[in-house]
Amino acid sequence: MNSTTEQAPALPEARRVPARAGGKAAGSGPKKRKGSKPPQQSFRSRLRRDKQMLLMMVPGVAFLLLFFYIPILGNVIAFQDYQPYLGIGDSLWVGWQNFVDLFGNPDFVHAFWNTLYLAAWQLVFLFPVPLVLALIVDSLISTRVRRIFQSIAYLPHFLSWVLVIAFFQQMLGGAGFVNNLLRDWGMDPIPFMTNPETFPVMVVVQMIWKDAGWAMIIFLAALASIDASLYEAAAADGAGRWRRMWHITLPGLRPVIVLLLILRIGDILSVGFEQFILQRDAVGAGAAEVLDTFTYYTGVVGGGWSSGAAAGLAKGVVSALLIYGANKLAHRFGEDGIFAKQVR
Amino acid sequence: MATTLFARKPRELTYNPKRPVWKEKPSALYQTVKAVVLIVFSLSILTPILLVVSTSLADTEQLVKAGGFVLWPERPTLEAYATIFKGPMVLQSLGVSMLVTAVGTILALFVTITMAYATSRTVLFGRPVILAVLFTLLFAPGLIPSFLMIRQLGLLDSLWSLILPGIFGAFNFVVMRSFFMNIPGELIESARIDGANDWQILWRIVMPLSKAVIAVVGLFYAVGFWNSFFNALLYINDHSKWPIQLLLRNFVVQGSGAADQLGITTTPPPQSIQMAVVVVALVPILMVYPFLQKHFAKGVITGAVKG
Repeated sequence: MNSTTEQAPALPEARRVPARAGGKAAGSGPKKRKGSKPPQQSFRSRLRRDKQMLLMMVPGVAFLLLFFYIPILGNVIAFQDYQPYLGIGDSLWVGWQNFVDLFGNPDFVHAFWNTLYLAAWQLVFLFPVPLVLALIVDSLISTRVRRIFQSIAYLPHFLSWVLVIAFFQQMLGGAGFVNNLLRDWGMDPIPFMTNPETFPVMVVVQMIWKDAGWAMIIFLAALASIDASLYEAAAADGAGRWRRMWHITLPGLRPVIVLLLILRIGDILSVGFEQFILQRDAVGAGAAEVLDTFTYYTGVVGGGWSSGAAAGLAKGVVSALLIYGANKLAHRFGEDGIFAKQVR
Repeated sequence: MATTLFARKPRELTYNPKRPVWKEKPSALYQTVKAVVLIVFSLSILTPILLVVSTSLADTEQLVKAGGFVLWPERPTLEAYATIFKGPMVLQSLGVSMLVTAVGTILALFVTITMAYATSRTVLFGRPVILAVLFTLLFAPGLIPSFLMIRQLGLLDSLWSLILPGIFGAFNFVVMRSFFMNIPGELIESARIDGANDWQILWRIVMPLSKAVIAVVGLFYAVGFWNSFFNALLYINDHSKWPIQLLLRNFVVQGSGAADQLGITTTPPPQSIQMAVVVVALVPILMVYPFLQKHFAKGVITGAVKG
């Protein structure tokens, strides 16, 4: 329901807990004061006082229940031989059988490794691009050039994947603009969009095109928050351009880099669902089959609800473990990660 | 006061247009590399857009001569657009997309605003509960269970299946909520003393103060609804209920004989018809982009870096 970039920044909220817990209570006046423990009102009188507020939560809570929590519970069909006409209640329980079948299924194993392979490409080649762009933009002296570039670079983020792929096809497709030019010049056309071997490159290029500019924003904000006097002092001490970048800029960006890396890692198995499903026909399932497309084609298209759900659940569990592991690692390096270390 | 403060500061000058005194002038090589990167990146974004728009406007003669694509229409014509709007499909799918976007955005704003306001002030459930809920939103319930839920609700092939799953976004919720939390509690308390109830406070005090953030979040939702294609692929079979993105996918990306299925006998070449459909899906985004761009950076930073 939400694209990954949209969801990502939701996290740091959690980091705010310790800092804001006191402040907020003071803001809401006599209602509640943490720490100093005023005489607690009874549950019932608090319920009466907050009645309208609770009423306001009803639509949101209903949404979360219907489209979030109940479907999460619906994952139990991964342990069933789910039959639509029987429903969850009457379908047979098969334990781990679906998972055993899945890992014995070469298509699934292929999708699994392909996902990791494509994810590695993305992590290595996609992640640094916005950072480099942000460094360049931040070093621009002219605010006008800066603003123009930002306006152009952010735009593709708001285009749908369908449009993005359509653009790429028109530019690079077999009958596209570039290949037409090549033919006019008497050269062989290059199958950019349909060659399974170069597909990972294409995927990364598309992602850079669409989202690198947008991902730049967070780095730019972090860069702007680095104290300029640090640079000045370092320059006075004789530090050159690169030394300043190494000793001031990069350490200043470290928390943001770590946070974004963790979020990326947690999301890594999703690699970019719409992007793949749109191109799977063109490059073939060999190159473009990832866990999500496997889930879709097995479950929704093929009617193998239980194996589809099992594949989805396997992916979810691995993702959660990856987030947890990356967060642990961040703490090891002395960073906050998603959570400050102690959340009280 | 602030102006006099700044006026006395000589350091202000260093921001622009001159570089700070301590900063060395970059080498010519470095300058060139920088310029090349920025220009190539910008052109790579602008060229496809120009290509698509120009091709949709080009006339047959020029298209045939150029072999399918033009970067500039010599004799611009709206023939392709006239053709796609003759058949029912494009108009229908535009209608579907507009309806879904309008209804979806309004509902989404209602759900997000009420939820954000209630959680920014209410105390019956403390922060830990809300944070725990936010944390779970990191995970997705998965494709199959979501699909089964929609089917269970009987929403397959109904436009509600395109609307309801999108009416609450964790990111938008966080942005909205952190904005509400920064509204001074005194304002709300004084309204309460004057006898306003929570709904009145929200409507009369909080929302007028939050017009900007509501506009941004609303635009985010609208763009999301307009752009979503996968929900339609999953839930909608009936051709007359396809949103524009799905039409685009089936006719342009998959290229399955656009003209035939649109029920048109082609006078303009198929290329420009396809491009016209692309432009139709693109234009609304281009139209709201200036508003989005003006505000979104602020919104994202509130949601992400400030903490």
